[in-house]
Amino acid sequence: MLRIKNLDAGYGKLRVLKNISLHVDPGEIVTIIGANGAGKTTLLHTIVGLVNSAAGEIQFQQKCCSGLTSQQVVASGCALVPEGRQVFASMSVEENLLLGGYVLQRNAGRAAVLRELEYQYDLFPVLRERREQLAGTLSGGEQQMLAMGRALMSKPKLVMMDEPSTGLAPLIVRDIFSIIKKLREEGNTVLLIEQNAKAALGIADRGYVMEVGKIILQGPAEGLLINRDVQRAYLGREKID
Amino acid sequence: MYWEPERECMERADLEQLQLERLQSTLYRVGTHVPFYRQKFEALKFNYDDVRSLDDIRRLPFTEKQDLRDNYPYGLFAVPLRDVVRVHSSSGTTGQATVVGYSRNDIQTWSNLVARILTGGGVTNNDVIQIAFGYGLFTGGFGMHYGAERIGASVIPISAGNTKRQIQIMQDFKTTALICTPSYALVIADTMMEMGVNPNGLSLRYGLFGGEPWSEAMRHEIHEKLGIIATDNYGLSEVMGPGVAGECQECNGLHINEDHFLLEVLDPMTLEPVAPGEVGELVITTLTKEAFPMIRYRTHDLTRFIPEPCPCGRTLTRMQRVVGRSDDMLIIKGVNVFPIQIEKVLFEVEGTEPHYQIIVERENHQDKVTVLVEVVESIFFDEMKKQRQMVDHIKARLASELGISIAVKLVEEKSIERSMGKSQRVIDKRQF
Repeated sequence: MLRIKNLDAGYGKLRVLKNISLHVDPGEIVTIIGANGAGKTTLLHTIVGLVNSAAGEIQFQQKCCSGLTSQQVVASGCALVPEGRQVFASMSVEENLLLGGYVLQRNAGRAAVLRELEYQYDLFPVLRERREQLAGTLSGGEQQMLAMGRALMSKPKLVMMDEPSTGLAPLIVRDIFSIIKKLREEGNTVLLIEQNAKAALGIADRGYVMEVGKIILQGPAEGLLINRDVQRAYLGREKID
Repeated sequence: MYWEPERECMERADLEQLQLERLQSTLYRVGTHVPFYRQKFEALKFNYDDVRSLDDIRRLPFTEKQDLRDNYPYGLFAVPLRDVVRVHSSSGTTGQATVVGYSRNDIQTWSNLVARILTGGGVTNNDVIQIAFGYGLFTGGFGMHYGAERIGASVIPISAGNTKRQIQIMQDFKTTALICTPSYALVIADTMMEMGVNPNGLSLRYGLFGGEPWSEAMRHEIHEKLGIIATDNYGLSEVMGPGVAGECQECNGLHINEDHFLLEVLDPMTLEPVAPGEVGELVITTLTKEAFPMIRYRTHDLTRFIPEPCPCGRTLTRMQRVVGRSDDMLIIKGVNVFPIQIEKVLFEVEGTEPHYQIIVERENHQDKVTVLVEVVESIFFDEMKKQRQMVDHIKARLASELGISIAVKLVEEKSIERSMGKSQRVIDKRQF
């Protein structure tokens, strides 16, 4: 579905991403884990066209999408749930969701958008309860669900999530992750960026480990979970035996 | 029947993407974790960050068996020993041995790849598998064992030897699949005849053979005598053990597990790729090994790629069964033997001349090696007892060096033919 080969990107003269290759197959949850400043967010921003790539290729659904604008990338079926939610605080929950359905409305009409809205309310019942409320008054976890629902409103083929667990209480994180799992069960494809390596690897099929702009390790999630390098660096434990 | 259809029947472009990703992280791993490779890369001014295509592999240095010996025992490991859950060793018990290690993930991968090969050869979870490979440091027994358990088959870990007992168990336990060397399969068949056991009365249906080179004629003979589908599989301890490649039931070439190994076929002289489909030396780079990654390991096995697609539906490229060696290594009863090892022993024994000849034959389907050694004349004037003592001494030394027993014959000085130029140390009379 998504295939990236030897991607270089950065800001001005600063090269942040160095020779990144990765892929996401349909129906998978793939996670990219790594510390702050590893280049994870830059990678997502390069995929959606917010940052220009300097070299390498990005293919989405067999089509090259480097050089496309963000609007074009979203229209081609690739949606981003940005870090820190970024909901429109002074708009209602429903308005936020409808904004996410913009592409869908243009392609399939109003009825399709309303159907999709109902679907999001089923997926996130708490949003239905708060449909009239201003988004800024929601709790962190609810805002995260809103951001996810907003991205899903475009019926994307690939959902990319940037650190959905940031700043959330552990119990809420668990809810968010079980929703991500549910998304996959319903046939969605997810690229998940996380610092919470344990939680992310717990639900992912495969994972990539990023360090200073490079991918240093990749493999099946259950393999990474028992990889001692990953355990030492990201899972904060080393069994003393 | 496939074990992992999503991998075994992968689109080429997807496979190449996966190979590239895995190659890049393997190079990062060895470049940062293995001093041997770090130094080699530095000497070549090779930056592993700049590998942008699978063809870039040709810029990488080779790894030779000698490098493994020089770094004996743990020098080439890419993880600390506490992360290693298994250690195997190649044949050879003294200075010539090599050591390989496996992380927990490596064992998982290995089991999975062997499971693919077993499935390709016809085995399912309903089968009863008799593993007559040696267990122990040799990778064959344990490698096959874990793969068979992964499938869910019933495993009989009988190990090698005691042919009559093998047959007894085969009858009593209703073995349906046999795993051993192809020559041992024929030994079993012949012993059955002697014992008056009719192979048609057995439950045996499949045989998966490896560990030594064999021929189509041997496959035919095994099929005739045991009435089973006999498939070939390939592997070597330096890159993993069994599980590198294996035949499907088309019995026409071994599917390479290309998502885990990057294989090249090179001209052994120029070390450049041969034309597609031509015979050359197989060079292997591991793509997923954690504990013991290998970069461009020279197997010295001669084979060729079979570029045509296989009717079985697997898209993994096939290689032909190994047709020979690009060096002088002999495979005796599945054990790797270099003439230089024998020479070393002979040189250390007093009274021998630096002239010898190694004769390899196949007697009753079993490899038999005889070493002819020239000895100084005085020994022949001595009593028989001294001669016999010397033979026993050499035999014992060889057995401890090689791990297999070899017959020794003393011959008079100058009785071995001298040749100008390269002398023919080895006479291999076996037919592959």
